[in-house]
Amino acid sequence: MITLIYLIVAFSIAIALFINKNKIINYSLLGLFLMIQWGFTIYACLHFHATELDYFTFDALGILLLITLSVISIPAAIHGFLYIQNQHGPPRSRSIFFAAIVGLITAIGAGYLSNHIAVTWIFTELTTLFASALIYHHRNKLALEGTWKYVFICAISITFIFIGILFLSLSLMHAGSSDLSFQNLLANSDKLNPYWLRLAFLFIFTGFTAKLGLVPMYTAGIDAKDTAPGPAAALLSSVLMNLGFVGIFRFYSVVANTSLHHWASLVIGIAAFLSVFVAAVYMIKVKNIKRMFAYSGIEHMGLVMLGLAAGGVGYYAAVLHIVLHALVKSSLFFQYNQIFKVFKTKNIYQIGNYFKYNTTGALVILLGFISATAMPPSGLFVSEFLIFRSLFEANQIIVLILILLLLTMIIYAFGKNIFKILFLPAVGFNEDSVPRICPWESLTQYILLAGAVYLGLNPPVEFVNLINESIMHLPI
Amino acid sequence: MIAVLLITFLITLFYMAIANRMLTYVKVLALQGVLLFFVVFIQLSEINVVNLILILLETIIFKSIAVPLFLAYILKRNRITRETEPFLPNFVSLIITTVIVVATILLANSIQEPHLDKIFFVVALSTLFTGLYFIASRRKIITHVMGYLVIENGVFVLSLAVGNEMPMLVNLGIMLDIFASVLILGIFLNKIGDVFKDIDVNQLSNLKDY
Repeated sequence: MITLIYLIVAFSIAIALFINKNKIINYSLLGLFLMIQWGFTIYACLHFHATELDYFTFDALGILLLITLSVISIPAAIHGFLYIQNQHGPPRSRSIFFAAIVGLITAIGAGYLSNHIAVTWIFTELTTLFASALIYHHRNKLALEGTWKYVFICAISITFIFIGILFLSLSLMHAGSSDLSFQNLLANSDKLNPYWLRLAFLFIFTGFTAKLGLVPMYTAGIDAKDTAPGPAAALLSSVLMNLGFVGIFRFYSVVANTSLHHWASLVIGIAAFLSVFVAAVYMIKVKNIKRMFAYSGIEHMGLVMLGLAAGGVGYYAAVLHIVLHALVKSSLFFQYNQIFKVFKTKNIYQIGNYFKYNTTGALVILLGFISATAMPPSGLFVSEFLIFRSLFEANQIIVLILILLLLTMIIYAFGKNIFKILFLPAVGFNEDSVPRICPWESLTQYILLAGAVYLGLNPPVEFVNLINESIMHLPI
Repeated sequence: MIAVLLITFLITLFYMAIANRMLTYVKVLALQGVLLFFVVFIQLSEINVVNLILILLETIIFKSIAVPLFLAYILKRNRITRETEPFLPNFVSLIITTVIVVATILLANSIQEPHLDKIFFVVALSTLFTGLYFIASRRKIITHVMGYLVIENGVFVLSLAVGNEMPMLVNLGIMLDIFASVLILGIFLNKIGDVFKDIDVNQLSNLKDY
């Protein structure tokens, strides 16, 4: 019942934001939404394992990612506020921006919690709508191009997911059932027809890769994160990617319990390896700071999926990695707006000596870089180490060596660009017009990065239990 | 009767592969909507009446009237030239479409499935792949949209094949249809035509890594 109220209230707030152009009402509605979001999260934690409205279950994976979402939604709102304040756009663009942020967060949260593949699909569709409104925020030619590519590729990928669901229903008919909830699929997993299940897996996996940011559908996400405003790109590159992960992970749990387990792992493994490869190739060439962060996201998703494909301790590492990556990558994107404020460009050639102009912000970039490349003491170091261990235990030594080589290239390229930003002087940069940036604007990024370190190095018992419970349906 | 309708549907794909003018595409899309209307009418005899009426209305009003009218309006307003401008000659397109159809027939013959009418499977898959081919081989953005609409029609046919057992899936398909079409076409309403004068995919290459 509470879920229904939450959905209705959240979407009405989005509509109210969309209609209303008054500044004070806009901001108070945004604050109200954050309170409702947190209230709902706490309610979901208190009613662990409960099912509401038939289609929403507060299970371990859902709760874990919902908490991550609610944590990230606060800095998203703060930085969205700062961004809009700084931009002096028309009231109309402000109200659309906040309405889309609220709608996006709600749709992602509902997608995490849904226990039925069709409901997950519906909310994935909805995220495309809100994300495209965010990407089109600047209303110029580049934004239009990014939006068009994103909408078109996402439309094709949600069609693919739908075809996959149709094949899945054919597969399920052999089990004499027509209930497409994940629970029922798991219960009937030994009776599913393998032929249709294979087709279903291919289509559903390909479809969700558009949201997850994996080969073959990763391209749309890159352009989207490039053109969307910083705070929106932070949401797109962290919590929205997690939604794609949820879709694939829940369905993979079903497939892993059938005779197709090894085949499905192979498919995921190939896509994951290619993603890391593509990320490495583009990272070396990229000169656009936002796209660089986006490609780093592709690399991390590739690693997550490799952990999933390798199995064993890799399952645990995959879920841990996806949570930590969301915290780290969103903080880098939140920080991007300060860089833009100083240098007025996102081209790395024209950015430099950042430590001189904004010390607190530069520290965030440095720490974010250390976290994103998984150097100790970053929490991602733990999860990546576990993923490598799972590959080692699965006797995939050659894959492991190749991945390590590619990661070395990525760290080199990432590091080269980051150190250029931080220490080398920029070409033809006029120092006189550098605005002073309030150090407090970086506070949330420090908290997110510290949270990633804490969760990685010293995970609380509840956190470990949630991860272990979310992977309990997977065979060892 | 269903077989006749579905084979006519398949023939429209061949016609589309060799069509030279944009308006022909629009007309073919409208015709496909009408064909689907009759297929739904005959095929979904077991589901409840209200749902059936909803599906019929979607096919006739949305697929065969609203979307084609809107496409024609876009063509006129943005002064898009009449030529479809394929990358490949029409003859090659025809051959590729034929290869796709033959391949799906061979694929369909290789499976044993009591729950699925094979002809639905063949028509749906070949429509899907032909639509993807249209997207890949045409130059204008608006033809990409039409290719996407063709794909959607194919998916709709596939959902009809399981429609009697699971009417929910047909409804979801309709939702996808309306949602995705409105989203994609909505961008056109939002003046993609004003910004990109000759709407051509080669102009969509400004987002770069450097």
